[in-house]
Amino acid sequence: MEMEQIVDKYFRAGRLPHIWCPGCGNGIVTGAIVKAIDKLALEKDGVAVVSGIGCSSRASGYLDFNTVHSAHGRALPVATGIKLSEPRLKVIVVTGDGDATAIGGNHFIHAARRNIDITVILYNNNIYGMTGGQYSPLTPTHSKATTAPFGTVDRSFDVTELAKGAGATFVARATTYHTPTLIDVITQGIQHEGFSIIEAITACPISFGRQNKMGSAANMMKWQKDNGVMLGAYEKMTDEQKEGKFPIGILYKATAPEYTAEYDKVIARAQKGAK
Amino acid sequence: MSYKTKLMQGNQAVAEGAIAAGVSFFGGYPITPSTEVAESLARELPAIGGKFIQMEDEIAGIGVIIGAALTGKKVMTATSGPGFSLKQELLGYACIAEIPLVIVNVQRVGPSTGQPTAPAQGDVMQARWGTHGDHPIIALTPGSVPECFDLTIKAYEFSEKYRTPVILLLDEIIGHMRERIDLPTSYDQIVKPQRKLPVVSPEEYRAYKPDADLIPPMAPFGTGYRWHVTGLVHDEYGFPDGTPAATQACLDRLHAKINNNLEDIVLYENYLMEDAEIAVLAYGGTARTAYASVDAAREKGIKVGLFRPITMWPFPEKQVKALASQVKHLIVAEMNFGQYVIEVERAVAGKIPVTLHAKYNSEAITPAELLIAIENISKQQ
Amino acid sequence: MSLKVHMNRCKGCGICVEFCPKKVLAVSQLEKVEIVNEQECIKCRQCEMRCPDFAIFVQK
Repeated sequence: MEMEQIVDKYFRAGRLPHIWCPGCGNGIVTGAIVKAIDKLALEKDGVAVVSGIGCSSRASGYLDFNTVHSAHGRALPVATGIKLSEPRLKVIVVTGDGDATAIGGNHFIHAARRNIDITVILYNNNIYGMTGGQYSPLTPTHSKATTAPFGTVDRSFDVTELAKGAGATFVARATTYHTPTLIDVITQGIQHEGFSIIEAITACPISFGRQNKMGSAANMMKWQKDNGVMLGAYEKMTDEQKEGKFPIGILYKATAPEYTAEYDKVIARAQKGAK
Repeated sequence: MSYKTKLMQGNQAVAEGAIAAGVSFFGGYPITPSTEVAESLARELPAIGGKFIQMEDEIAGIGVIIGAALTGKKVMTATSGPGFSLKQELLGYACIAEIPLVIVNVQRVGPSTGQPTAPAQGDVMQARWGTHGDHPIIALTPGSVPECFDLTIKAYEFSEKYRTPVILLLDEIIGHMRERIDLPTSYDQIVKPQRKLPVVSPEEYRAYKPDADLIPPMAPFGTGYRWHVTGLVHDEYGFPDGTPAATQACLDRLHAKINNNLEDIVLYENYLMEDAEIAVLAYGGTARTAYASVDAAREKGIKVGLFRPITMWPFPEKQVKALASQVKHLIVAEMNFGQYVIEVERAVAGKIPVTLHAKYNSEAITPAELLIAIENISKQQ
Repeated sequence: MSLKVHMNRCKGCGICVEFCPKKVLAVSQLEKVEIVNEQECIKCRQCEMRCPDFAIFVQK
């Protein structure tokens, strides 16, 4: 299907133009999600999209599925409830760097730990965009933000490492520049039976870019091009060459018991009367 | 229907009531003195094909049941003071998004960690106003173990019918007491409350378009009706709409939905009130004391009765105003610094004197203490 | 016409202009995309792929 038809099919009629700023990469990530869903020929009625609060989390309102715009940081518990109560549904969580790693951090760890079959797309724009540009746990140290006018002192961290450590079985990263890779890892993440997390690096030219003099939206995309390196190539780089760069593609994949399948076994045992 | 007599704990009777009502999903977090609700359902739900999950924290406990409610399930979570405080944001979310669910709060001494194993009734105002913004709420307080069972089923009737969260506001006395209950041997004949499903086609469905009763039908996720749920003020489609008109409409209907149905929702009990000149108002564990004090006072010739709110919120406005015309003095007995009494005084509007008998040192009000209070009031008449 | 533009969706961000290898596009005074060099378009779809607003599509 042509992209225009894909947009017409999977976006709710009459809801575009979306609210994201000129040059915001969120539309590209959201477009990648529907492209992935189209590739997999998923039935719309069988898909639930749950978001938290923030710019990225507005995506759920635009998409023609069973959608929830929940509370800040709380998409994963709500998604867990949908998936556990109705495992036949494909559950996708749309969240942001602040939503997922700050207020939502605890839920992130435990959803990964359970290896519940939910696909998380974390729109990482390194800032709290919706509220005007405050720093998030994924804002690079010494960046300017409205709550750090002299530069942040907070260290940021690698959310993909946290996901791995907590038990996620599909961990990937891509950028809005590397669109084909982004579509591919989202597709594979949705297909993967277990907890999948795709960190989607996306530009916020207005709140992050402007404060940190990163230039135009196109420039910020070029930055992604210059610094995102496919994992295979990244691993061959020296420490010096790695400076400032980050790996993209599928970073980690494993097989482990999926939560809802395991609980079905509990039901079988309980119904047989065993303790 | 045939019954079996059992000795059962209040918390366990709540769990049984949930099963009887057709609950198929529990999500929560352990917290004294509510944990037995979770433990009972952890055992019983999978045996009937239902699901139980212990989440990572209290907030996730209510988050997960919001999700399950969206797929059409009847859901429950259970907690006490500290957890109830944590759940407030999502409780408000369930109010504005009109998501049926039941939260059991087995009250203990607060504030903060307080006394995990001792009773209090200090969350009464919080049950009404704990979450931010203007919202109505239904809160029910059982006064016995059998009522724990019956009122839980009632909580689902209200929750499903009015598309609203309902709080089952117990205290540790009722939650942890054990007494006789005649339990149906099978729950098959108990009518399972069920929310309205849409009768229109998916194309015509507007998720927040109310019927004449002001309640919108609620389509379960995954059944062909695709809709959007948000905590933002929204239009009939469920999409965010922040205009003054939409905000007014959204909030007006939320309140009218409950306030237009007080006849149905406000439950209470009158005990020996027919010829009463003094009334005791007490609820939950304190009401158990009050029955004994009222009986003892009657033995002494004092014409006293007990008005027992079962629906705490919405406040039984009409009934308390009527009390003020009927008796000469109202004694409000509660295990807190005086919370419900504020509403009682407001409704009575100075027509008759209202005396507060408060106790908050973690021990129950004893029948003897309350009898002395009744006698003192009686002497003043 | 090799390109279709939804003008109501375009926010004039300039990404498509930057990434077009043939300088087919520009941002107008009204801060919207305009097709200034239609004949140079090679239908590479860079604009379509990179537009965050689903405002520009290559026609077959």
